[in-house]
Amino acid sequence: MADATQGTGGLTFDTKKRAWPNELNIFFALILIIFAFEAAGQLLPYMNGQSFLFDTRDRFDTIFNEARLRIIILQVAIIGIIALGVTQVIISGGIDLSSGPLVGATAMIVMSFAQTELVNGGPNPKAVFGPWAFDLPVIIPLLVGLSFGALIGAINGTLIAYTKIPPFIATLGMFLICRGIAQAWTRGQPVSFPTESYALIGKGMMPVYLFFALAILFHFILKHTVYGKHTYAIGSNEDAARMSGINVQRHKVLVYMIASMLAAFAAIVLSSKNLTAQSGMGIFYELYAIAMAVIGGVSLTGGRGSIIGTVLGAMVFGVIQSGFTYIKLDAFYQLMAMGAIIIGAVVLDKVRQERAALRS
Amino acid sequence: MTDDIVLETRGLTKHYGGVHALNDANFTLKKGEHVAIMGDNGAGKSTFVRQITGVEQRTRGDIMFYGEPVHFNGPLDAREAGIETVFQTLALADDLDVPDNLFLGREKTRFNWLGPFRLLDYKAMRQATMDGLEKTAVKIPNIRNTIRNMSGGQRQCVAIARTATFHSRLTIMDEPTAALGVQETAQVENIIRTLKEQGEPLILVSHNMRQVFDLVDRIVVFRRGRICANLAKEDTDGQDVVAYITGAKTQEGYEDAA
Repeated sequence: MADATQGTGGLTFDTKKRAWPNELNIFFALILIIFAFEAAGQLLPYMNGQSFLFDTRDRFDTIFNEARLRIIILQVAIIGIIALGVTQVIISGGIDLSSGPLVGATAMIVMSFAQTELVNGGPNPKAVFGPWAFDLPVIIPLLVGLSFGALIGAINGTLIAYTKIPPFIATLGMFLICRGIAQAWTRGQPVSFPTESYALIGKGMMPVYLFFALAILFHFILKHTVYGKHTYAIGSNEDAARMSGINVQRHKVLVYMIASMLAAFAAIVLSSKNLTAQSGMGIFYELYAIAMAVIGGVSLTGGRGSIIGTVLGAMVFGVIQSGFTYIKLDAFYQLMAMGAIIIGAVVLDKVRQERAALRS
Repeated sequence: MTDDIVLETRGLTKHYGGVHALNDANFTLKKGEHVAIMGDNGAGKSTFVRQITGVEQRTRGDIMFYGEPVHFNGPLDAREAGIETVFQTLALADDLDVPDNLFLGREKTRFNWLGPFRLLDYKAMRQATMDGLEKTAVKIPNIRNTIRNMSGGQRQCVAIARTATFHSRLTIMDEPTAALGVQETAQVENIIRTLKEQGEPLILVSHNMRQVFDLVDRIVVFRRGRICANLAKEDTDGQDVVAYITGAKTQEGYEDAA
């Protein structure tokens, strides 16, 4: 142990001596799941030897089945952006159920500020506002969306931090309020036909790039800034955090604001990708985002988890979804299987934690 | 004369509604002195500590810290002034490691203009942690371990090591060994002796008679919210102290408490 700094009385600090990171377990689980589907493809009689992962029919000049990989990753990118925020909320000891409906509400509002005037030479048939709202620079809908997210997050956070109602209840209320806003905004009518520049935000593989860029940013923030450290501290022991002089209430408001802004950003990307906004957008997204975080090893009791874990959790989520379709599992059974897998992930984590506690 | 007084309270009083938890407590602590606070449950020991450390706001009275009147709005104020407290319930975050816990709420940072997103200076915090642990002779196998994976004694040591890391001017320990085993208690007591050798003033709240006689210079006894005795260790013994605690005896000058 040449790198160990020796102190008095056998006191050591060794940078190389670190616990086995939970993220590696999830990574191995991901690999395992991929090969399980690959094996299923080879073994199930009705699959005719199709490959899950590899490009066996030489449709592309690649070894892997790129189209499938792209779809998997594109499928989870937008919910993944929400999961980045949900991860922070759960680490801080809370929960956010409002992100799905917030996606719907934000998409409706933002799209109203992103509409173009002329559609196929005629006036925009889905116009929400008057002529002043047509062809605005793309920064306007972006700012409107993020501000709306910040507002909803601030309300969530303030309710939870200052009135001390459970996060589950506060965000459940906001869940209904946001879905209501989404439906009331145009009385159920979809909002469509965005400007060309707005349509670029979610075009092609953009959601994936944005997801990874945000993941890297928030990984850094959680691990290397005071904000991140205090988020873990509050989730780990709120009383200790308070006694250490951390402004727990203000910090919670900030965490919920960031989470809702990420959900709002996901709504922007989604509405841009789909070129339309509907009040029903984002149904189940809050639960999928929580599932990604939980599969990724984020502990619902707070204090433990990481962005890397959640990104891997999102991958697992996408692979399982895609794999079920690949082995032609009926969509009705897919939901059931998904639920079972989420419960399994939490049970596994619990068992692992208890074993770790026994060892020490 | 006031130069060597670390802490002085005059008429310190705390009422919770109609409950008089603490009445007219006059208390002094000199430089380098280790004083024990003893008393039955509900005698006002913890209330007294909470007024000094800013956890609660006093009803009446003055607190002088190194000759300066002080008024702490919260525990962080007291901590910034140099009063370090090891609470009965450990104020540690289980999922963080040793340096993170020592510096919780007052991290060493860079790029402070980034506000809540200012960067943590892990290297400086680790170094300061090592120095602090060395000073108190606390032995922890690996400071990168999370608190969750540590024994009760190690946890208490981490809490105590905070005091050394921040060059505190007064250490207060509220029942530091109440939940510990024999060996771990010895470990904590050794740290207290190290603090004594280094001339760090200390207030020790404890029920443990042996421990008190082993470690401190003076014993202050609380009874029903009042101080009822102020005894130099040489002039008293265990039975005597018990007599004061139970109310069988009251020291001259403290007749109010009878």
